[in-house]
Amino acid sequence: MESVSVSFDGFKALNELSLYVDEGELRCIIGPNGAGKSTLMDVITGKTRPDTGSVWFGQTLDCLRLEPWEIAACGIGRKFQKPTVFEQLTVFENLEMAMQADKRVRASLLAQPTPVQRQQLDEVFTLIGLTTARDRLAGLLSHGQKQWLEIGMLLMQNPRMLLVDEPVAGMTPGEVERTAELLNALAGKHAVIVVEHDMAFVRAIARKVTVLHQGSVLAEGSMDQVQADPRVQEVYLGQVVA
Amino acid sequence: MTVASHSGAGTSAASAKPCPPRVFGWHGWALFGTVLALLAGGIPLLNLALPVDSPLHVPDYLIPLLGRFACYALVALAMDLIWGYCGILSLGHGVFFALGGYIMGMHLSLSAAQAGLYRTALPPFMEFMQRDSLPWFWTGFDHPLWALLMLLLVPGLLAFGFGYLAFRSRIRGVYFSIITQALTYAMMLLFFLNETGLGGNNGLTDFKMLLGFSLQQPTTRAALYSIAVASVAVAYVLCRYVVRAKVGRVLVGIRDAETRLMFLGYNPLHYKLFVWTLSALLCAIAGALYVPQAGIINPGEMHPANSIEMAIWVAVGGRGTLLGAMLGALVVNGAKSWLTAAYPDLWLFFLAALFIAVTLWLPGGLLGLMGGRRGEKA
Repeated sequence: MESVSVSFDGFKALNELSLYVDEGELRCIIGPNGAGKSTLMDVITGKTRPDTGSVWFGQTLDCLRLEPWEIAACGIGRKFQKPTVFEQLTVFENLEMAMQADKRVRASLLAQPTPVQRQQLDEVFTLIGLTTARDRLAGLLSHGQKQWLEIGMLLMQNPRMLLVDEPVAGMTPGEVERTAELLNALAGKHAVIVVEHDMAFVRAIARKVTVLHQGSVLAEGSMDQVQADPRVQEVYLGQVVA
Repeated sequence: MTVASHSGAGTSAASAKPCPPRVFGWHGWALFGTVLALLAGGIPLLNLALPVDSPLHVPDYLIPLLGRFACYALVALAMDLIWGYCGILSLGHGVFFALGGYIMGMHLSLSAAQAGLYRTALPPFMEFMQRDSLPWFWTGFDHPLWALLMLLLVPGLLAFGFGYLAFRSRIRGVYFSIITQALTYAMMLLFFLNETGLGGNNGLTDFKMLLGFSLQQPTTRAALYSIAVASVAVAYVLCRYVVRAKVGRVLVGIRDAETRLMFLGYNPLHYKLFVWTLSALLCAIAGALYVPQAGIINPGEMHPANSIEMAIWVAVGGRGTLLGAMLGALVVNGAKSWLTAAYPDLWLFFLAALFIAVTLWLPGGLLGLMGGRRGEKA
């Protein structure tokens, strides 16, 4: 993504921001409130159209020309800041909906999961630890479980890139630890971009960190490099680390 | 994209041909068949076969009344599909009902006129309005197949076009409801005009026969009733299939978390258009079945209040449950027939009180009283 700018009523949410993420990379994005982290995700997934700049996924896919569902079908999965699942459907149905498949109306009229797809469903169930909650309504899950379910839904999409917005918000320390393990395991197979406030969590998973400030990239590097950067300390980490 | 990355293990995948979901189990089909046979066969039999003084005799006046109730139940199914499952509240479904009714009315009028059952070879209202030739769009309506085709095309295209414009502009919630009200109101004004060529405020009436059968015959009336009930049954099976298929879960997804659905790769526009058009078609069919039993169709059917009443049926019976929607249509209309006869002034107050009561204390409707998960019981 190159020199992307977004402004809302004159306020520049993203200012000439450029960001490159490699295949299979795990990237953490941090930054103070209002730095443009969520707007960045909105731009990549097609929810917000930037005023200028370009967003490319792989060599050939121009995200700015596609609708959100087309981008999703091309392999970009997104987890929202507030866990968003279909509360009136069961956990199983939630995952089934997310499953990579032909998502047009006609296909959905006839679709039934095939054995191969059932196997994938079972794998994801085990991975997110919700096997016993299979037939419960998603609305009855705890906050942390919903976060996991939503990550599971992302995995069912079989995406090439996962955008994960604050995955550990509201989780217990134990759940945070398991989430860190899970995201670490996913990197390599999928590119993962994590937006997070929790510094301990970022430290646990991060290989490369990008710091956003006022809509542009302030620093980029390993967690230690970033923390050593005096500008970063000034705007953000200074208050946390010192 | 397909599931290519998983079909690597696909030696067993050959047997994995997707098959559609089942509508009922064995018991379900048996129960469904019994109820259908009793309603569609039993009641006309009690009317036709028993002597008038038998205590079990179903009086003649009741048959078209029950037939009209069946049409309302069909409307309720259509409303529930779009509102209960997909969360789109239409307050203009009356327009599709009335369009279906008008198309049936045109067929009835024109075929009777050409059979020489009126004083001239034209529908009676034309003589009344001193017009001596049919408007161009009446051409062909004497032919039942043409009328049937129009019954599917006209409301279907109106719904599709209107839905496309509204849903593409991401109009939803109360704004959509208001626009549908405007749609039905505008159509009502159009149909009120004599120049529209559909009988103005009198509409179309004085029907004589359908497909050669006299509408005054008890047997014809009983048959119309049975056809209406059978249509409801077919529509119920269809709707049940839709809500139990993956489509149904996508619709619930649109209702509860549309953005999430979009980022999973579904295009909500297509799903909304599908269910909206299907719902409009069911409504139009209900209207077409209604008119020969009611004996009249006029622009009053497009009055916004009628469409709001349709929403109340579904709310009373239970949104998101197909049985509940039909139940609501029967209960509210049963109460209406009784109250408008016994206490004509009270009906609107009763309807308002009922709606408030259901909203406050019975969000799941009558069927919600029996407990259970919304959207589960279909």
